[in-house]
Amino acid sequence: MTNLRSLATQIAVYSLLTLVAFFMILPFIWMLSTSFKPQDEIFRRPPILISPNMSLDGYRYIVDLGALRVLWNTFLIAFTSTALSLFFCTLGGYGFAKYRFPGRGALFAFLLGTMIIPSAVLMVPTYIIMLKLGWLDTYWPLIIPGAANAFGIFFMRQYISTISDELLDAARIDGCSEFGIFLRCILPICTPGLTTLGLIFFMNSWNNYLYPSIYLKSPDKFTLPLLMMQMQGPPGYSLYREWMGVAMVSVVPLLALFLIFQRRFTEGITAGAIR
Amino acid sequence: MALEATIMAPTERRRGLWSQMVKSRWAYAFISPFFILFLIFQFGPILFSVYLSVVNWKGLGAMEFVGLKNFTYLFGAGGKAFRQSVLNGFILFFMYVPIMTFLAIVLAVILNSEKVRGIKVYRTLIFTPYVTSMIAAGFTFRLLLEQKGGLFNIALEALGLPGVPWLESVWWARVSLCLLVVWGWLGYNMVLMLAGLQTIPRELTEAALIDGASPVQAFFRITIPLLRPVILFSVILSTMGSFGLFNELMALFYYTRGSGPMRATLTPVVHIYHEAFDNFRYGRASATAYVYFALIFVLAYLQNRYFGRED
Repeated sequence: MTNLRSLATQIAVYSLLTLVAFFMILPFIWMLSTSFKPQDEIFRRPPILISPNMSLDGYRYIVDLGALRVLWNTFLIAFTSTALSLFFCTLGGYGFAKYRFPGRGALFAFLLGTMIIPSAVLMVPTYIIMLKLGWLDTYWPLIIPGAANAFGIFFMRQYISTISDELLDAARIDGCSEFGIFLRCILPICTPGLTTLGLIFFMNSWNNYLYPSIYLKSPDKFTLPLLMMQMQGPPGYSLYREWMGVAMVSVVPLLALFLIFQRRFTEGITAGAIR
Repeated sequence: MALEATIMAPTERRRGLWSQMVKSRWAYAFISPFFILFLIFQFGPILFSVYLSVVNWKGLGAMEFVGLKNFTYLFGAGGKAFRQSVLNGFILFFMYVPIMTFLAIVLAVILNSEKVRGIKVYRTLIFTPYVTSMIAAGFTFRLLLEQKGGLFNIALEALGLPGVPWLESVWWARVSLCLLVVWGWLGYNMVLMLAGLQTIPRELTEAALIDGASPVQAFFRITIPLLRPVILFSVILSTMGSFGLFNELMALFYYTRGSGPMRATLTPVVHIYHEAFDNFRYGRASATAYVYFALIFVLAYLQNRYFGRED
């Protein structure tokens, strides 16, 4: 970018940035504001951001409805699946990164190839398998299948390959078992990578709607996206304030995580793009 | 090793391979979870799905073999919904992907230069939608796009323009969907482009500018061509995305189960979901899923072939 920036360019650039940033923020502001407004003020003309009639009634209502339970479910599923996936993906990534074995290249290429399969193809037959396994209306379909997934292994392999071999050899000489090396050397060193990958897994599980909607049937097992969908009423009669309340409950934890771990999030995305 | 291999007898060579494998047993153990899970939850289902696609099954009772009828159905009178969904995929793609990708590049270039104040804040703000559940966002957009009291129409009317049936008319519904999708994914694509920009040495653009090129020329002649691999990656992802939109549709067009007015926003994935879980047509859903898979594959291959070549 040139050093000489005409006023016109500056105006153009900052206008664009502000416009885009405003568009991005607008839904959050509206979500927040609506979650406190009484029903008759939600579509008021002129629109109002902070009204004197705001209250926590909407939140009280959804808590009575069981929103805290749903929040806990969502967290439980996200946490468990993330922990499990991190463990198995790091294990697999370590295997591919630090060991030489017959077929390594072919097996890894195969692994990468499986990433092409769209989940829509697996959607139907997997459901029937889960039906036969008796896993309908349980959390297992949301936790087990993705436990050792191709993207995670690809990511961790890239990460672990930067660890020096001498370190591992030294541990072996010290009498550490192969699995022990994994637990005591690899895992601790990988903490930044684990954080990045973990955030991606956690976020995807938290926001997932398709699979919970297929597998979870009892309301007390619902996740937040399911609860949000359930809050719909007949056209024009939905409880908008309470809706937005649930939306806030869904959005705020991830926002908090994001603001704390910003760098890690962006790292996770770029890992796949730069080869 | 090669010389020894030619001197060794075949049985000795085989023992060499086997002993190598035994020596690496830990490696195999570590990578086995993936392959085990793959067999059970991906390979098995794929095989099963092939079988499903040639039968008629409603989940209970017998499976009735129907040969290729599920596939020919898609091209006949009953397949209108599916064909519409494929058409929608293309329409939506052209509606939002060029704009979004271009905007992502422009924003990335702007935020990559250090001369802008508040870069971190802008970057954070633009990326925030990525971590939001599209269901939550979709519902919020529904409130904003509400024809009579939604913020967007109120703003339009304040400017003297007529309100718009954002979610009720065929084309405006598509526009609304594109707004939501761009809102959710622009930040992600911008970060992709930012990463790609890091691989372009600054000296290149600076040299061009010293030589008298304008920033715009440098942008189009240098930056964009060098970003080609990342742009291709982003576009392929967006292609798969536009045929696979699901959460966004279910939230925006709840009352039509994601189809939108006159099926204007129906995507193949939503259609397959309807067939399987609303209509209980597991055989037809499987067959449709395979056609969808083939479509996506061909599109990605073509894009890679025609735009992925290095100069």
